[in-house]
Amino acid sequence: MDCSLVRTLVHRYCAGEENWVDSRTIYVGHREPPPGTEAYIPQRYPDNRIVSAKYTFWNFIPKNLFEQFRRIANFYFLIIFLVQLIIDTPTSPVTSGLPLFFVITVTAIKQGYEDWLRHKADNAMNQCPVHFIQHGKLVRKQSRKLRVGDIVMVKENEIFPCDLIFLSSSRGDGTCHVTTASLDGESSHKTHYAVQDTKGFHTEEEIDGLHATVECEQPQPDLYKFVGRINVYNDLNDPVVRPLGSENLLLRGATLKNTEKIFGVAIYTGMETKMALNYQSKSQKRSAVEKSMNVFLIVYLCILISKALINTVLKYVWQSEPFRDEPWYNQKTEAERQRNLFLRAFTDFLAFMVLFNYIIPVSMYVTVEMQKFLGSYFITWDEDMFDEDTGEGPLVNTSDLNEELGQVEYVFTDKTGTLTENNMEFKECCIEGHVYVPHVVCNGQVLPDSSGIDMIDSSPGVSSREREELFFRALCLCHTVQVKDDDDVDGPRMSPGSGKSCVYISSSPDEVALVEGVQRLGFTYLRLKDSYMEILNRDSGIERFELLEILSFDSVRRRMSVIVKSATGEIYLFCKGADSSIFPRVIEGKVDQIRSRVERNAVEGLRTLCVAYKRLIPEEYEGICKLLQATKVALQDREKKLAEAYEQIEKDLILLGATAVEDRLQEKAADTIEALQKAGIKVWVLTGDKMETAAATCYACKLFRRSTQLLELTTKKIEEQSLHDVLFELSKTVLRCSGSLARDNFSGLSADMQDYGLIIDGAALSLIMKPREDGSSSNYRELFLDICRNCSAVLCCRMAPLQKAQIVKLIKLSKEHPITLAIGDGANDVSMILEAHVGIGVIGKEGRQAARNSDYAIPKFKHLKKMLLVHGHFYYIRISELVQYFFYKNVCFIFPQFLYQFFCGFSQQTLYDTAYLTLYNISFTSLPILLYSLMEQHVSIDTLKRDPSLYRDIAKNALLRWRVFIYWTFLGLFDALVFFFGAYFMFENTTVTNNGQIMTTSTHMIFGNWTFGMLVFTVMVFTVTLKLALDTHYWTWINHFVIWGSLLFYIVFSLLWGGIIWPFLNYQRMYYVFIQMLSSGPAWLAVVLLVTVGLLPDVLKKVLCRQLWPTATERVQSPCPTAARRGPHPQEVAFTFWNSEEYATLPPTLGPAQGPLGSSLSRGCPGSGPEMPV
Amino acid sequence: MAMNYNSKDEVDGGPPCAPGGTAKSRRPDNTAFKQQRLPAWQPILTAGTVLPTFFIIGLIFIPIGIGIFVTSNNIREIEGNVFMYYGLSNFYQNHRRYVKSRDDSQLNGDSSALLNPSKECEPYRRNEDKPIAPCGAIANSMFNDTLELFLIGNDSSPTPITLKKKGIAWWTDKNVKFRNPPGGETLEERFKGTTKPVNWLNPVYMLDSDPDNNGFINEDFIVWMRTAALPTFRKLYRLIERKSDLHPTLPAGRYYLNITYNYPVHSFDGRKRMILSTISWMGGKNPFLGIAYIAIGSISFLLGVVLLVINHKYRNSSNTADITI
Repeated sequence: MDCSLVRTLVHRYCAGEENWVDSRTIYVGHREPPPGTEAYIPQRYPDNRIVSAKYTFWNFIPKNLFEQFRRIANFYFLIIFLVQLIIDTPTSPVTSGLPLFFVITVTAIKQGYEDWLRHKADNAMNQCPVHFIQHGKLVRKQSRKLRVGDIVMVKENEIFPCDLIFLSSSRGDGTCHVTTASLDGESSHKTHYAVQDTKGFHTEEEIDGLHATVECEQPQPDLYKFVGRINVYNDLNDPVVRPLGSENLLLRGATLKNTEKIFGVAIYTGMETKMALNYQSKSQKRSAVEKSMNVFLIVYLCILISKALINTVLKYVWQSEPFRDEPWYNQKTEAERQRNLFLRAFTDFLAFMVLFNYIIPVSMYVTVEMQKFLGSYFITWDEDMFDEDTGEGPLVNTSDLNEELGQVEYVFTDKTGTLTENNMEFKECCIEGHVYVPHVVCNGQVLPDSSGIDMIDSSPGVSSREREELFFRALCLCHTVQVKDDDDVDGPRMSPGSGKSCVYISSSPDEVALVEGVQRLGFTYLRLKDSYMEILNRDSGIERFELLEILSFDSVRRRMSVIVKSATGEIYLFCKGADSSIFPRVIEGKVDQIRSRVERNAVEGLRTLCVAYKRLIPEEYEGICKLLQATKVALQDREKKLAEAYEQIEKDLILLGATAVEDRLQEKAADTIEALQKAGIKVWVLTGDKMETAAATCYACKLFRRSTQLLELTTKKIEEQSLHDVLFELSKTVLRCSGSLARDNFSGLSADMQDYGLIIDGAALSLIMKPREDGSSSNYRELFLDICRNCSAVLCCRMAPLQKAQIVKLIKLSKEHPITLAIGDGANDVSMILEAHVGIGVIGKEGRQAARNSDYAIPKFKHLKKMLLVHGHFYYIRISELVQYFFYKNVCFIFPQFLYQFFCGFSQQTLYDTAYLTLYNISFTSLPILLYSLMEQHVSIDTLKRDPSLYRDIAKNALLRWRVFIYWTFLGLFDALVFFFGAYFMFENTTVTNNGQIMTTSTHMIFGNWTFGMLVFTVMVFTVTLKLALDTHYWTWINHFVIWGSLLFYIVFSLLWGGIIWPFLNYQRMYYVFIQMLSSGPAWLAVVLLVTVGLLPDVLKKVLCRQLWPTATERVQSPCPTAARRGPHPQEVAFTFWNSEEYATLPPTLGPAQGPLGSSLSRGCPGSGPEMPV
Repeated sequence: MAMNYNSKDEVDGGPPCAPGGTAKSRRPDNTAFKQQRLPAWQPILTAGTVLPTFFIIGLIFIPIGIGIFVTSNNIREIEGNVFMYYGLSNFYQNHRRYVKSRDDSQLNGDSSALLNPSKECEPYRRNEDKPIAPCGAIANSMFNDTLELFLIGNDSSPTPITLKKKGIAWWTDKNVKFRNPPGGETLEERFKGTTKPVNWLNPVYMLDSDPDNNGFINEDFIVWMRTAALPTFRKLYRLIERKSDLHPTLPAGRYYLNITYNYPVHSFDGRKRMILSTISWMGGKNPFLGIAYIAIGSISFLLGVVLLVINHKYRNSSNTADITI
């Protein structure tokens, strides 16, 4: 009947083939199509081998080395190492070769092991047996031998070996159920449909006789999109052409459920399956700390180069007199003399570079990596972030961003499922203006006998009773809920109240809530069987409706419809959707009453849906059928055409009523948001929900307060005025305020300050973002950003997923470059999670897609508080100290070397022995800082949680600012000067000799250059380690062990190193040097003196800063007696007043006030409050 | 990333476990370490805690400094053992080319190294096709002036002061690090096949008549081989031992220093010195350490006072400041 239509489509397709060759044709079972059909270009397809491994056995070493040396730091060290090998340098190549070799080897082993695991997994996957049909028989083969076009049989609970077109199933209706848990994390069962013309083939022989070709697009990564066509050839007739959609496609990685076996034809294999195409790794995110680290690195590189340059130039100036260059006692070799001057100068420059190269230590990278990797375990170990209900703990998908958690300035949060529980509960329905409330008891528990209905309005008449039942039937029928009767369902949702345990499963929790709600009102949806939906009505009679069409839900239309045929033969179209998408299509019904009810509900934070219907006469239905069939066959723009068709079908509806579903706020959501705001973080809510609902949620979770003046930037407002005017008006309002009051950063939330909340919707946003004709779009953006910056809270509603990412990007790229964090739970949040600096996924009900794509995943929104305020804060201070300290200790290490050049004729003579050069960063000073960076807690966890404003202390990368960096560098320089000149004056004025009288006369000897270096080195190791000890605020036994242990190790090592003539060394310059030094009194005195002098300025600076300009953190740190003696802090009192006022004036309509008063108020000393940590 | 969860479940007082056995195994351990709640000492550097430290440092350092200073200045007295040094200035013993120009194996008596010295010794490795022993620039440039000290009495001819040659090098250097090559009856035989350093007058086995102070274990040689840290340095030359408690080691009088001038220093603008010194409990004369101790002690004491004032002032002003916020 519709062959002509199909043919035209085929022709259209063929005509367009020149510009669209990206299709593939598959001969099902490798059978050539009968002659006469269009000739297809044969294509080569890959086999079904999955290769996730990066390396093979042969290319591992070169490829891995290449990958590793692409990192700038590694490359730099390689160059230094090579220079040391090639030219005559002061230090042996071992000093930089050994650490580099260590780093490279460890990384290579780690990557090799990971790759080996991947190989193993690949092999297991590629070799697992697959059944497929050959010449009418079932054959078992390895998965990797599968080819495109093979017919495959899959049994229950098996995983599909490749992407298949679903041909037939053991179920009579030609359906099968699959779960895609390993693909997108959704554990619900999804129904797929076999191709109509082939679903009759149940045996191997039958399926082998199938003669068909499949045309489909080339593989693309979108899991939910597929267009194709199947031509089934019969011997006599024209080929039958059927459209194929994603419902006919079974994806590799999905699991067959509840179906004995299915047959399918392979269309995408191996690396072309949609699963493999989705393997593509995310782009690497880099933290702000890493960026500043790289900047510091460049600074040090410049210092290094200039040091080397200065020394080279001075060397040649100094040497210009020949008696200095080559005195009689120190002649050059002939080869040296004859070398070209420039070459010599260049080699000297390189030698100086090598001498000073330790200023950029390899070990810093290792330590930072280790700190991040090991440190991230503290997140996964955190018991407070473990959710009892779901049994989920936090997940760390990348440890590169730990410290970024302490730098967040903007939090973009999704509403549904993130702020709210996404645990829908049917609240009420409104039919023709009458409100029905099922008996509900709080906490989502329903009393068993709650089948009655509260009539709030007057009791309905007879005709309205008909309407009422139609409404309930509509709710029972218009959905995509599945009923599960088996027991082993993942994530069951028991339908409460009913005697038999039937479980509703749907990808949308709203639908489940509605079906369950209707069940309590007397209509129970039983099942879908052979295209008939069965309903148990109030009179316990079973009604059967034939399901004719489903016009599925999409986020653009925001509605869905079903077309059903009742037992009496009447055809209905039921439509359910958002009010804004239903009302314009309604021609009849009590629109006004329902609209007012819907708006009221929306203000209370309920999710509302409107239900409408339309009775179709058979002719109309025929037309609809044709229209749908035509669009479904289309290969190009099918989505668009479908949308157009739906638009045509869903019109002239009769409004039945509306439903309200409550999505309760997550536990402690308000508390968390309040804490984040106090921490100076701006919280934006980005939601697809409508404005009223979203605003209500914002009030409920204290994002907006009663005192907040709301600014609206919505489509409605823009319709009244032009965008230009609205924007300017708003900015005037906001800026006038901020202009008159000097905005104190710290008390930005104080009560006398008018704070603004901005509401913007998706349409208005796209207007702002849209570049104008004259190309001056940035004007609006700047203006908009200006307004946003001055608002304490922003709500963006009606956002498409991509718009969420756009907003994040807009803020991210604004001129302050703030650090952004996006948190969400659904697939629609993935784009913003990937866009933001830090993406956090809530392990929620809407699948795990967000959690999988995120950097960190947490079970509940409330855990964000601890994540940022405690973990983020700790990681930030830990890593910033780590970075600064590393640079500091290497300045201390290298600067004396630089100074020594002035006293050794710029001859690149090292101050320290090779062993000490190598081990300084590897073992003498490495562990204390690593452990510090894992364990440090400058204030206690409880204090951080109680006082969110401490987070402001570290905002804007405070500990890695230039000022701090320069302080540390100068401290390093000062210490280096102290070490060097301290030792210098010891040696210069007189020979430091040994104790001649107490000990035997034979040991009062001269100390040489190695003793000089040893003295400097000893003072340095002690100073540098004690400096860290001074910075440590949290001394666990581990810190004690490591700090004192590494000092002890240094001494023991030195005793050993100097105590033996090491046979493998060709020099014995360190022999007894350390011991001789220790046996000299002045050396001890000098060590004590110089260490004291080295530490003095830092201690002084610390004490003075704490006393004169204390930060909030330091105030909290002060020991209790002081604070207690001072009595209650005046500021605290004011703070408390303001807060209690705030709590008291909360609008009573906004749900239960959360959190006990004052849980986050006291900012005094830990001991003074009642919440003393235990 | 591999997650490491132990199935061990230590719930103390927590809410009962969630339904489903899976929750139990994923639950993190409630150990002090994993929860970052290890018992810890949490010191804070405040004015209160640091003040006493400053005063203590002051109180300890100043007396030490004075003690050192006084002892150091008393060293003038020529009593007890007197040490005789020679000093060189502008002599870069710490030049890299110079420092590495030696072969420790050869000096340790290794026979193969004796005949085939390390390449580091170039250009003082071989002379006239014979290996140099000891090789290298350091050995080649050994200080070879002879210093003799005479007391000019009132009446008689100058009496020479006994200068002890031994006991001036580190014990370990003399006995472990430096060794003459093995074999041969006489020292000359042991050094057979080698030649003397170019600048030396005599071969290494003729450095001294005492067999215990000859060859590589000659103490003058060992002292020279310990390269100085700075271009101006002094090295121990001789010991003048105290004979009895009654007489000073070097009694007051006129002395006569006889220098056999061999060592050229003019070419590199150098200077030679001879120093006589005694040694106290803290080494030779060194005013630096004493002064430094006194200075740091005073600064520390002063800082303590300043901090005390600031601390006092701050407390008063801070309360008023807080009220105005």
